[in-house]
Amino acid sequence: MSSTVDSVDGGVADVPEYPMTRAAGCPFDPPPELREKQRQAPLARVALWDGSTPWLVTRHAEQRKLLADPRVSADPTNPGYPSPAPVSSAERTSGSPLSFILMDDPEHARLRRMVTGPFSVKRVEALRPKVQRIVDEAIEAMLAGPNPVDLVESFALPVPSLVICELLGVPYSDHDFFQSNSRVIVNRNSSQEDRSAATGRLTEYLDGLVGDKLVDRGEDLLSDLAERVEAGELPRDEAARMGVLLLIAGHETTANMIALGTLALLEHPDQLEALRETDDPELVSSAVEELLRYLHITHNGRRRVALDDIDIAGETIRAGEGLIVANDIGNRDPEVFDDPDGLDIRRGNRRHMAFGFGVHQCLGQPLARLELQVVYGTLYRRVPTLRLAVDPEEIPFKHDGSVYGVYELPVTW
Amino acid sequence: MQVSVDEDKCCGAGQCVMTAPEVFDQRDEDGIVVLLDSRPSEQLHEAVREAADMCPAAAIELSE
Repeated sequence: MSSTVDSVDGGVADVPEYPMTRAAGCPFDPPPELREKQRQAPLARVALWDGSTPWLVTRHAEQRKLLADPRVSADPTNPGYPSPAPVSSAERTSGSPLSFILMDDPEHARLRRMVTGPFSVKRVEALRPKVQRIVDEAIEAMLAGPNPVDLVESFALPVPSLVICELLGVPYSDHDFFQSNSRVIVNRNSSQEDRSAATGRLTEYLDGLVGDKLVDRGEDLLSDLAERVEAGELPRDEAARMGVLLLIAGHETTANMIALGTLALLEHPDQLEALRETDDPELVSSAVEELLRYLHITHNGRRRVALDDIDIAGETIRAGEGLIVANDIGNRDPEVFDDPDGLDIRRGNRRHMAFGFGVHQCLGQPLARLELQVVYGTLYRRVPTLRLAVDPEEIPFKHDGSVYGVYELPVTW
Repeated sequence: MQVSVDEDKCCGAGQCVMTAPEVFDQRDEDGIVVLLDSRPSEQLHEAVREAADMCPAAAIELSE
């Protein structure tokens, strides 16, 4: 699909709509139109739902440069920001519901640093035995239950939810509540009203938890934030929004990587066998990096707006023009990855942009890596006969999600 | 090789610690980079170059 708009030089150009559609039967590959755009040029115009025509950034090198450029803003209140959906007036006035992910430095850095400590590489590594126990128990619980079963509901969602609940100090018993509200927020077809209402419910819930921690401090991240609130360093409503961000980001993304990664491995039996047979943690780690690259689940493009004129790749991005940095196709850039469409768990290339780039690069990435290493390193060894319980064509994919994945993955063993 | 880090630029993503743990660490409280060795031995140079390249915030400077 495409629409006709006036191009910047005054002529008329054919501008494709974004997001684009994946090819039927190729659920792991980015849309063919996106690949064509990458082949043609590092920058192109695309048309959004509101008729705006921001820049699409297609290649790895330009994606890195722009995401790391301080003249590029992540703040959706700046004019020209390429919003993925209508923004409510409440969100416009009361600040972003997802806290510092949609702010620029220095405020972004100030808030992000308050929660980065628990996600540092060494502190996360210290959680490995705990994460291993959570994964082991989840597998045993699944094996003790009905067969076949939906892997998403019985394993992929519980594991990262249990981990992030423990780290934040959120009671896991509330998982139905926070998972269902998260689902509404990350579905790009949710109405503005539904998304605002779900965000409101989660913010209120986290605000209540921060309030509890003010009275009864624990050894968790929300308690750290409560301490900051008490010290006057952080408004309580901002603490609640940070809690919402970490809770959603902490379970949605990893859950999708677990289920979609399992499907990708089942569809690549040689790769699955190599992973199942190995005792080498380096190979498991390499498999995690490759699946992060290959699947690139944040398929909505990273959204930015230029605050100043930027000359790049023979074009000038004007101040106030929107940018969509399509890291999913960047991860398939043949300049950086040989045979980019192949899934090769031995590739050993960590230059993918599954976690983004620039100062907004995912702060939870050490935790995501740890969880995926433990899951991919354990599940297929413990359940060597794991296989799909339906035809691959019957699996429902999250084409409408801001995070890609599968809604269900019926498996048997 | 002389390594320097810019704590103000650092966003605590941990790429450097994953790539060259002999040279880089993170502060426990806020995840900000700690330089362990500003003149790493030659066998670490390649890993340090990779760490500088992987840093999303361009917080690592090398002079060789």
